[in-house]
This record gives sequence, C-alpha cells and structure tokens, in this order.
Amino acid sequence: MKAASKLYVFLIMLFLYLPILVLIVFSFNASNSTSVFTGFSLQWYRELFQDKETLQTLYNTLLVAVLSAVIATVLGTAAALGIVRLSKWGQKLVMNVTNLPLMNPDIVTGVSMMLLFVFIMTLFGGSDVLGFWTILIAHITFNLPYVILSVMPKLKQMDPHLVEAAQDLGCPQSKAFFKVILPSIMPGIITGFIMAFTLSIDDFVISYFVSGPSFQTLPLRIYSMTKRRVEPSINALSTLIFVAVLVLLIIINLRQSAPHKPKKGATR
Amino acid sequence: MKKRFSSHLVGCPYYVWAAIFIVVPVLMVLYYSLTDANGAFTLDNLKNLVGFSDTLVLSIWLGAIATVICLIISYPMAYILSRSGANTQRTLLLLVMLPMWINLLLRTYSWMTILEDTGLINTLLGKLGIGPIHMINTSGAVVLGMVYNFMPYMIMPLYSIMTKIDKTTIEAAQDLGASGLQVLGKVIFPLSVPGIASGITMVFVPSVSTFYISQKLGGTGYTLIGDVIDNQFTNNARNMGATLSLVLMVLILLCMAVMNQFTAEDDEGAILV
Repeated sequence: MKAASKLYVFLIMLFLYLPILVLIVFSFNASNSTSVFTGFSLQWYRELFQDKETLQTLYNTLLVAVLSAVIATVLGTAAALGIVRLSKWGQKLVMNVTNLPLMNPDIVTGVSMMLLFVFIMTLFGGSDVLGFWTILIAHITFNLPYVILSVMPKLKQMDPHLVEAAQDLGCPQSKAFFKVILPSIMPGIITGFIMAFTLSIDDFVISYFVSGPSFQTLPLRIYSMTKRRVEPSINALSTLIFVAVLVLLIIINLRQSAPHKPKKGATR
Repeated sequence: MKKRFSSHLVGCPYYVWAAIFIVVPVLMVLYYSLTDANGAFTLDNLKNLVGFSDTLVLSIWLGAIATVICLIISYPMAYILSRSGANTQRTLLLLVMLPMWINLLLRTYSWMTILEDTGLINTLLGKLGIGPIHMINTSGAVVLGMVYNFMPYMIMPLYSIMTKIDKTTIEAAQDLGASGLQVLGKVIFPLSVPGIASGITMVFVPSVSTFYISQKLGGTGYTLIGDVIDNQFTNNARNMGATLSLVLMVLILLCMAVMNQFTAEDDEGAILV
C-alpha cells in the first residue's frame, strides 16, 4: 500500500472508530460527564449490573433471537426446498413476496405489521395484543428472507443426480434428505441462522412498532435510556457489547480459516 | 406422484406465513390510509399529505446528500481495499464491518455526546481557547449521523464489485498506454456501476426512513418523514401514519426500480460465473 492509501484507510478507520472509542473511554469515567475525563472508575458497570430492568431486557432479547432464528431457519429451509420445485412463474411470485421485507424500509415493515396486529385486535376485541408474541412473529418474518436467500443458492448449486443416485441405491426419500440434501446445504443453513440471530438481536425499528409495555428488548431499553441526556451506564453497556462482538468475530474468523485442513484430509 | 406432492408441501407453511405476515400487512397499510378512525372510506388522508410535503422533501434532500457523501468517501476506500493483499483485505473488511454490529442507537448516542455544545469536541476546543461551535441540532449533524451509520453499506457492495474486475482488463488498459486516471475513469468506474447502484439504494433507503438519527442529532428542527410517522402513531393518528408509510413505501420501491436497471447486469454476470 502506498503512503497516501495508508493515510486514507487510517482516516476512515478513525472516523468509524472514534465514536466507539469515546463510548469505551467514558464508560470508565469517575464522573457522569461524557466530555471531561475525571478519573478511572467502574461505577457505571456496577450500576449496569444492578439494573434489573436492563438485565431482563437482555434476557428477552436473547430469548427472542434464539426462538426467532430457530423457527425462521426451519421454516425458511423448508420454504427453500419447496420454492426450487415450483414452476418459474411460481418461483418469481414467491421470491417477489419474499424480497418485500428486504426492500421496504424497516419503519414500513414495522408499521405494516403493527397495523395487522391492531386490526386483529379490534376485530376480536382484545386489548394489549402487542408484546412477546407480536415481537416474535415480527422477528421470524424479517428473518425468513435472509434464511431463504442463503439456502436457495446452495440448493441450486447441488447436483440433482446425487439424490437420484441415492434413491437408485435404495435409499428412502427421508433418508436421502438427511444423508444427501441436508449436508450439502448445511453451510447455507448455518449462514442463514447466524444472520437471523444477529439481525434479531440488533433490531430496533421493527420491534419498536410491534412492542408493548409488557415486553421490552435491549435495543428498546437503550432507546428509553438515551431519552435522558446523560446516562453513562449506556457507555458501559456498549463497551461490553463491543467486546462480546469482537470476541465472537475473532472466533468465527478463526473457525473459518481452520476447517479447510480437516476437509482436505477427509476427501483423501 | 406421491413424491412430487410431498416435496411441494414443504414450502406450504412458509407460503401461508408470507401471505399472512408479508402480504396482508401491506394491504393493511393501504386499508388504513383509505379509511378514517371509524373505519369509513375517505380520501382525506391523501389530501392531508400536502401538509407534509416539506418534510418529505427535506428527508429526500438530506438522504440524497448523505448518500452522495458516502459514495465519495467510500469509493477510494473500496478501491484501496480491493487492491490490497489478501490478509490486509480480510482484516480491513472485518474492521469496516465491526461497527455495524454495535447497535445504531448506541453509535448515534455517542455522536450526540461528541457534538454537543458541552460535548467532547467543544470541550477540547475550549481548552485551545476556541469558542464553542454549535454542531448538534443542525442539518450537518443529521447528515453526519447518516453517513457514519450507513457507510459500510456503501463500502461493501463497491468492494465486492471491484474484486470481480478482472486484473488483466486493467493491465490491458495500462499496456495500451492509459494513465492511472484514465484506467479509473474508463475501466474501473464503468465496471463498478452495478456496485454503485446497490450501494446507493442500501444507503439511501435507511437514510430517508430514519427517525432516531434525526431525533438525536437534529433536535426538533429537522423532523424527517420517519419522525412524522413515529409521531402519528404515538398520537394515535394511525390512519395518517399509515398514509405516510404508504408514501414512503412507494417512494422507495420506485427508487429501487430505477436502481435495479443498473444492477440487473450484475446478476446475470454472477450467474455466468
């Protein structure tokens, strides 16, 4: 890299990481100022861990993320298996509908789902329908396209003769699915699951519209925390999230570079 | 026969799900925008849109500025990325993606504490004896927030299209005497158009529809379409909120239809490869 390129990359990285660095540095601040560093302290971390409401929303977030990612992965993988067998016209129709939540701004997806829930509520005269179930349904819905779009290419790349060969050799259909199809689309399923899980954890806008006071996720909690102007325990929370993400990414990266070796051995 | 039937069946749960939770909600937006609070048919919501035209124009304007700035900043970055060594590429990509994993609310909140009148920058400037510069609650702060939060969405598609450009094409241009600038203008730029188009949509859509960034960095002076939709629903004016969402949806789908004209080629190319 030339010196000019290096400088440019450095400036971009500075821009990208300055706000994160500020969050981290001031999470250790002794005072509640976010502009003057008065001394090192862990009091905001202590405060964060004593904040039962925030810890509860962290649990809620993980619960919704796991459930929605698992359900979306199963439903989406089945969907991909069905879609590839549809006629051209049918595929086009289903994929256009599937792409809708990807193309629509989050706010429109959130609003449209809330309107559906509100409509059903007025129809059946219920009250306070917005809560855990509506958030879960919304998360499954916006996760599904990502699962389908990561499984579909793997299915299309698969050699169709493989399944036929298995069946010719006397393998029953269900066994052929688990022994032949599933292993070859597994990387797509895993990618889809990871994307679904992370999108669910990160989502604020859609959850914001389909949530009620009875069930809050972490991003919704952060939203209400940032309404007050100074709240250094947010900085502590961000720092912990940043460290968790960093560790996770490093593990994923190491795993990605590792499996190549055993695979080569296996084919021999 | 039996085999075909069962394999068609596996997609059915999803088709039902998609019909109920993707198609019907869109129809709901339409339904609420064409009715009043009592459920009677009305066109008043559509007529009332005139009152929101300023907000809509401001949203599109700020979103467009943010998108252009993103493109200008990201293009050289993506180019440098695509030309660096494999290990550097992997590390830099990870560094570009990492901030995206921190919630947008936290990243925006941090900018708020940096830009405030008593914030980090003004405190540092004060020590140098430079009077406080008012930065928060300006249109510039809103655009900065958009550029900051959505820049990786621009870098990624640009980078991936640039890595697809055949190195021999560039070498051929150089062998035929093209200067560095000519290579950039006549070879790399035209070949990267599909990446530019998808980058533009990926930055423009969230920028136009944002409501958190404008609330935190723009204060009350820069209310965008997303803020207005949010306000309508918190004030229980569902029908107007639905109408504004409908407008936003149509606007975005139109924008995407235009941009798809440029990306379509890329898809075909990808299938060929």
